[in-house]
Amino acid sequence: MLEYWRNRWGGWNTSGETEFHNLQELRHSASLATKVFIQRDYSEGTVCRFQTKFPSELDSRIERTLLEDTVKTLNTYYAEAEKMGGQSYMEGCLACATAYIIFLCMETHYEKVLKKISGYIQEQNEKIYAPRGLLLTDPIERGMRVMEVSVFEDRGSSGSSLSSSATSGGSAQR
Amino acid sequence: MKNCEYQQIDARALGTPASSFQPCTEMKVPRLRRKWEVFPGKNRFYCDGRIILARQSGILPLTLGLIVVTSVLFFAFDCPFLVTHLTVCIPVIGGVLFLFVVISLLQTSLTDPGILPRALPDEAADIEKQIYTSGSSMYRPPPRTKEILINQQVVKLKYCFTCKMFRPPRTSHCSLCDNCVERFDHHCPWVGNCVGKRNYRFFYSFIVSLSFHTSFIFGCVVTHLTLRTYEVILLHQKESPARYPFHIICFFSIWSVLGLSGFHTYLVASNLTTNEDIKGSWSSKRGAEDSGNPYTYNSIFINCCATLCGPMPPSLIDRRGFLPPDDIPPVAAADLELSSFLAKNDTNMVGMPSSGHTS
Repeated sequence: MLEYWRNRWGGWNTSGETEFHNLQELRHSASLATKVFIQRDYSEGTVCRFQTKFPSELDSRIERTLLEDTVKTLNTYYAEAEKMGGQSYMEGCLACATAYIIFLCMETHYEKVLKKISGYIQEQNEKIYAPRGLLLTDPIERGMRVMEVSVFEDRGSSGSSLSSSATSGGSAQR
Repeated sequence: MKNCEYQQIDARALGTPASSFQPCTEMKVPRLRRKWEVFPGKNRFYCDGRIILARQSGILPLTLGLIVVTSVLFFAFDCPFLVTHLTVCIPVIGGVLFLFVVISLLQTSLTDPGILPRALPDEAADIEKQIYTSGSSMYRPPPRTKEILINQQVVKLKYCFTCKMFRPPRTSHCSLCDNCVERFDHHCPWVGNCVGKRNYRFFYSFIVSLSFHTSFIFGCVVTHLTLRTYEVILLHQKESPARYPFHIICFFSIWSVLGLSGFHTYLVASNLTTNEDIKGSWSSKRGAEDSGNPYTYNSIFINCCATLCGPMPPSLIDRRGFLPPDDIPPVAAADLELSSFLAKNDTNMVGMPSSGHTS
């Protein structure tokens, strides 16, 4: 119960702190080369969606389908959070009837989905992105404006030349 | 020799040169700061970031004062008479409405209206790079708008020079609060805060409940006066005209609040914001066939549900989160250097007499 209240009033950055630890671990062996930003897709209005267009700077670092799958899954999570269905209407009506006081006591559906999203991003980072020297930042930490992909240059690699900018790395591959 | 001087400075600064490494690192590590302490907008924070207010609270105290004074006068003067002459439900209904009004008002004022955090330097640099490579950098300053399609309609996104980002659709920058606010409606001085995506439903319930409350009070007051007048005429009792100015204030405030509620009901039903309505962004005066509102669901019921009963979005500014400890590692590194110097100097001090001996 105490844990619930601490999480409720303590902000949503509890998983962000773990991300900082991961980031610091990556930083021990790698240095940040560049950051790639995946922008929001507003073609369907103000609902939270990210563009599934693959950024060319990541061509040499990760397979196209992996990143696109991650973005599509995140888009479905956000759509679920913002879905206007029976549950959200009930929540809204109940909140209105209680003069919105229940928002102080209850975790909203949106917040629950956001927790799922941060768990998913952490899992994706551990399984897919960190082994490739990339790190996804949870969009909520950037105000849901962009999805930041940090590209690390692996200092500890065995002499295979991963150059500091991903584009020249891409050209080297060609 | 340099080591000795360094040690002296350290001894004065730290106070206990012979102590172990742990206390030194603990004293030097700065307190982790929360994000609200470095928030760039013009907002005030209380309760360690839990409560947010605009810098200019405007006439919020006046609003609260008017509501409380009116209600207290109502409960003190009209309720006793009406309870004896009509029913005991009147103060109960009045009390419930009063509570609803005050709670909605406080929630509107003290909630984050949907402030967008400013772009971090990396993100701002990336956006600048995209603007300059898009070929429109011939003139200074370059036209900083981006056109996108929303539901097959062209919408222009403007670049915010303060927040260093392209504003999402329906977002506007409030100059009073110095923040970009999502689904910006207006900055309400009566409430002392912007009205935006996150607190519009609180604002709407505030003005609607206030309309009901003032109408209820006015109705009870008129009933009271009517019944009193009959009593004065029929029973020749004394009349007390002292409360008439208060009734006149009530009468005039009703019309403005009712008018505002009606206006916002229209906005909710057509999924518009005050900002868009005033600017005429989607009015059909432009002549083009498809210049309708791209955000509407084309159904009054769904528009109302979406605006008032939709999912409650989270606060994006994370007031109570901790700042990343970027400045801690260098300080920690300096601590290690200090402690290693201290260790060396201790041994030097111990060793000096012996070296003196040997030499």
